[in-house]
Amino acid sequence: MDATPASHPILSCKAMTCEMDSVSGPLQILQDINFSLDTRRALGIVGESGAGKSMLIKAIMGIAPRGLRTKGRIELDGQDLSALKPKQRAKLIGRKVGIVFQNPMSSLNPFVQIGRQIEEAGCIHLGMSKAEARSRAIELLSFVGLPDPEDCYNYYPHQFSGGMKQRIMIAAALICQPDLLIADEATTALDVTVQKEVLDLLQTIQAQRQMSMILVSHNLGVVAGRTDEILVLYGGNVVEYGPTSEVFRNPRHRYTEALLSAMPAMDQPAHTRLRTIPGQPPNLANRPAGCPFAPRCPSAQAKCHEVMPAMSAGVHPSHRFACHFPLAEIAHVQ
Amino acid sequence: MSSDIALNDEIILEVRNLSVSFSRGGKEMKAVDDVSFSVAAGETLGLVGESGSGKTTIGRAILRLLPDANTKSEGAVRYKKTYLNTLSSTDMRHMRDRLQMIFQDPLSSFNPRRNVEDIVAEGLVIQGKPASERKSRVEAALSAVGFDLATVAGRKPHQFSGGQCQRIAIARSLAVEPELIVCDEPVASLDVSVQAQVINLLQDIRENRNLALIFISHDLAVVKNVSDRVAVLYMGRIVEIGTGPQIYERPAHPYTRTLLEAVPVVDATRKIEPDGKRTVMPSRNRPQGGCAFRSRCPRATQICAETVPAVTPAPRGQMVACHHPHDEPAPGMAVRTQR
Repeated sequence: MDATPASHPILSCKAMTCEMDSVSGPLQILQDINFSLDTRRALGIVGESGAGKSMLIKAIMGIAPRGLRTKGRIELDGQDLSALKPKQRAKLIGRKVGIVFQNPMSSLNPFVQIGRQIEEAGCIHLGMSKAEARSRAIELLSFVGLPDPEDCYNYYPHQFSGGMKQRIMIAAALICQPDLLIADEATTALDVTVQKEVLDLLQTIQAQRQMSMILVSHNLGVVAGRTDEILVLYGGNVVEYGPTSEVFRNPRHRYTEALLSAMPAMDQPAHTRLRTIPGQPPNLANRPAGCPFAPRCPSAQAKCHEVMPAMSAGVHPSHRFACHFPLAEIAHVQ
Repeated sequence: MSSDIALNDEIILEVRNLSVSFSRGGKEMKAVDDVSFSVAAGETLGLVGESGSGKTTIGRAILRLLPDANTKSEGAVRYKKTYLNTLSSTDMRHMRDRLQMIFQDPLSSFNPRRNVEDIVAEGLVIQGKPASERKSRVEAALSAVGFDLATVAGRKPHQFSGGQCQRIAIARSLAVEPELIVCDEPVASLDVSVQAQVINLLQDIRENRNLALIFISHDLAVVKNVSDRVAVLYMGRIVEIGTGPQIYERPAHPYTRTLLEAVPVVDATRKIEPDGKRTVMPSRNRPQGGCAFRSRCPRATQICAETVPAVTPAPRGQMVACHHPHDEPAPGMAVRTQR
């Protein structure tokens, strides 16, 4: 391990806030997001629909819908993105970040051979020659596990299954040798067996290429065991952030705990009653003053409805949560 | 007792040698191949499998909801003493007050311009129930799913969230007081917290009304929670069918094991080590002969390429279609069940 360079933050967000106008007034889509991801680490971002997972990724990547006002500081490899002009910003992100989306069919052009689509970013950002880009693309196709990569290069997207298309998207994301790979619900549409293979592939690539990775998912099982840290979003706020094993072993925020116990588990007998979370996620146009989870929280008290809880640390210093009345700390056994 | 037979004696639905094939461009694709099972009153049978395994087609074939054109279906579907597959469409319509279906996407199964109470009442209108009776039954059905008729009356589907729409879809199927509901991926598009509400609701209804459910899902954890018995489908065939504990604790078919091992589990202590395995799915258009799973199977031998395995009883009581079934507990399962 001597050869590996010291790790430093590849991506960090400080006091990031996103707002957008709508017919019912301005929507507070993300509020005061703070996190930092080091090189060679994997971060999981989880939350239910409307929590702001995809908006967070889009705002970082600079591909948010027009009209989204982003405030705060986003640093990619030490550079403040908001200080850059849009073109420079796109160039930097294109070089350093690869992204895989949920639906490969809406990312791939059905009329273009997949090999050409994989090389595209390499030609633009790294100025690769045609021959160089082609050999890189074929190399990547075999790396992500496509049989006969030279033939596949000339095929069109419809000739592949969903899992294969997602592998092609991963190859395209890797062409510029990014420092950070983002998978935004990349395995949600896949069958469990294929999902496992694609997640295994992402994890293998991350280790081999010494990249950082962000796995965005609504499924807590997808990020468990595959990430180092986890960020739990609820109604546009970070409610809990810390080492993945700590958060799952000892969730401190009541939302995280409620979410975990709402999932049917493989070790429960049949007809086990699941815990539900009554109520609705907050209306982003008219947020409650205090904790966003307070109206649905069984342990909420007057303070929760009035004051937004700040992030506080548990016994494990990097395990932080925004709750006035957190769950008790479980002592470390073993 | 072999496990393709329902747990208690009061069998209400029996499917025998059901095959469905779709033809397209002169080619025929067998979506469901020689499937047999039965469901007892008040029992939940889970149907699991990957996409394209025939789960939905089975559900639709039972209720005769498949398109007539380019579809060929064989075998028998018996509901109590009636053979559904030979009924006239008028008689089948009369059967639908006892057999209902819930779909994955409730919003697309509703008419967006109708009020919620009209949507829920539609089945009753078709049955010719008088308006006075309809109102009380709609009210009862809505209250069974946690809605108050007075507060939702007059609202349109788009004014409800995804989970609420699914509850309305459940109310619509309950209004006619069915004995069996086919649930086709009813929670697949819902968030975890809403999914829990809908699952609990289905469980309550099942208990209170002695309702039989056929629960189609790709999510093995959800199926484990709701099902008494589980049938695992692969490429249109049942590869294993048995009680929940049989399937989840000692799965006999290698495919069942592959599925179970792939389920993402929330386990704080486990660090997943990636393996480089890659699935090559055999083509459905060119049947390869022998066991359909053999190209993915770690246990495949010569016989698997030659003979299609018949569904036979496994040592633990479930029925399995495999030449080399497992008998040991599923890895990790023994530890997990002890906890």
